[in-house]
Amino acid sequence: MRWVIAFPYGWLAIFFLLPFFLVLGIAFGTNNPDMAPPVELGFNLANFKLLFSDDLYLAAWVSSLRIAATSTLVTLLLGYPMAYAIARAAPARRPLLLMLVVLPFWTSFLIRVYAWIGLLSENGSLNQFLRWTGLVSHPGTILGTEWAVHLGIVYAYLPFMVLPLYATLEKLDMGLLEAAADLGAKPLTAFWTVTLPLSMPGVMAGCLMVFIPAVGEFVIPDLLGGTRTLMIGKVLWDEFFTNGDWPLASSVAICLLVLLVGPIALFQRQQVRSLERR
Amino acid sequence: MPGRARFAFTALAFGYAFLYVPILLVMAYSFNESRLVTVWAGFSLKWWQALLHNDAMLSAAWFSLRIALASASAATAIGLAAGYVLARAPSFPGRTLFGSLVVAPMVMPEVVMGISMLLLFVGADRLFGGPGRGFLTIAIAHTTFSLAFVAIVVQARLADFDRSLEEAAMDLGATPWVTFRTITLPLIAPALASGWLLAFTLSLDDLIMTEFVAGGDSQTLPMLVYSSVRLGVSPQINVLATIIVVIAASALLISGRLTRRR
Repeated sequence: MRWVIAFPYGWLAIFFLLPFFLVLGIAFGTNNPDMAPPVELGFNLANFKLLFSDDLYLAAWVSSLRIAATSTLVTLLLGYPMAYAIARAAPARRPLLLMLVVLPFWTSFLIRVYAWIGLLSENGSLNQFLRWTGLVSHPGTILGTEWAVHLGIVYAYLPFMVLPLYATLEKLDMGLLEAAADLGAKPLTAFWTVTLPLSMPGVMAGCLMVFIPAVGEFVIPDLLGGTRTLMIGKVLWDEFFTNGDWPLASSVAICLLVLLVGPIALFQRQQVRSLERR
Repeated sequence: MPGRARFAFTALAFGYAFLYVPILLVMAYSFNESRLVTVWAGFSLKWWQALLHNDAMLSAAWFSLRIALASASAATAIGLAAGYVLARAPSFPGRTLFGSLVVAPMVMPEVVMGISMLLLFVGADRLFGGPGRGFLTIAIAHTTFSLAFVAIVVQARLADFDRSLEEAAMDLGATPWVTFRTITLPLIAPALASGWLLAFTLSLDDLIMTEFVAGGDSQTLPMLVYSSVRLGVSPQINVLATIIVVIAASALLISGRLTRRR
């Protein structure tokens, strides 16, 4: 058993845990383009000072959190009714309905984001449709705005919301709802006082699985958001690949981690608890 | 309950339309005559032919497939051990940390994992003169973040069946290894298969971590797709999308069969 523990533990310690300390070390270094790799080690707080004083970075933090939060909320509002409907469907039909939710997750993330470029561009399918209906003669372009980023996140992460919600709603004891109805509760009251509170673990797990990666999202703001959309994942990417500033990119990564450590810990506790409950 | 049934139907119809209309449009335009992926100009297979003769795309696809095979297999082996430990090992020092390390890669923003992995490999280059950048580094990165998913699937499966079978085998004198091979492994084989498929898909699909650790000489399929998508829409990408969706649907059907056999 000792070896069975040591093997995955060692792998994760070397390839997952150790690298974070390297990032922390580099974050206090100084950018030096003449060196390869372009980092001068040291204890330099300038990167962190820049991140907390420069308006551009501050705006990127704020809009990352805002975009991730609103997208998570929209995903929840879209995903909850779906999960609820699947959980209440005939048992024989549930696997197919679930599979239809999961299938997009098995196709390429990049291609799913790409699909929205063709839909949302100026002459894209959506605008053609709007012109065809005659309702709008000169529709605006959504591509390249925060609207497109929200849409992309909701679209890409919807399966992650529906699955944990379904898992809790499926286990819900229908007898409780019948009891509520027998005692005179209207369906909506029964939902607010019985179903929703009991499905909170699923709501939490789903929201965290969407929110945490969405804060650091890069592909969606890059392809759908245009140059005006600021998100921190894109800042990290640009600092690293475009400006070659490894220390600054590392300090962005550290700040992102510190920001998300609470939600990640919450997610882990949720995960452990849901497995122990089985 | 006609009201509730109508509500359920509406929720599902809207949800599935939202999920599938964009994908179906992309697939439809792979058969478009025009270069413009937004104007329908008649049926044509020319983009399919163009993709099949696109050597850069084909070699990138082959490279990605080899990485996915290697990393999915490694992730399944390590994820099996990790899931087994989480489900069966009583307490041991550092168990909480271990649980966190297994679960965290599932939600960790990929840009963070990408830069940290790269710095690890740069550090290793400095200390040991290797591993350079390419197949090995990409495969290690993919293994590390997909093993979490395998571990969760395995752990869930192990938690589902009761331990008395294993205990009975042990009582009858089977060594732990024999018990594992003859009792545990066959029982969790479906979970392992779907875990492998999941890791395989995740590896085939990964862009961000790959960009960080790939170095200048290697190009995976998502890297190529990304650089071409940045320049705008292209019908060959639509063809690729169609192929990927068809393969994914088949893989999902297979894995669905495997897991439903319980």
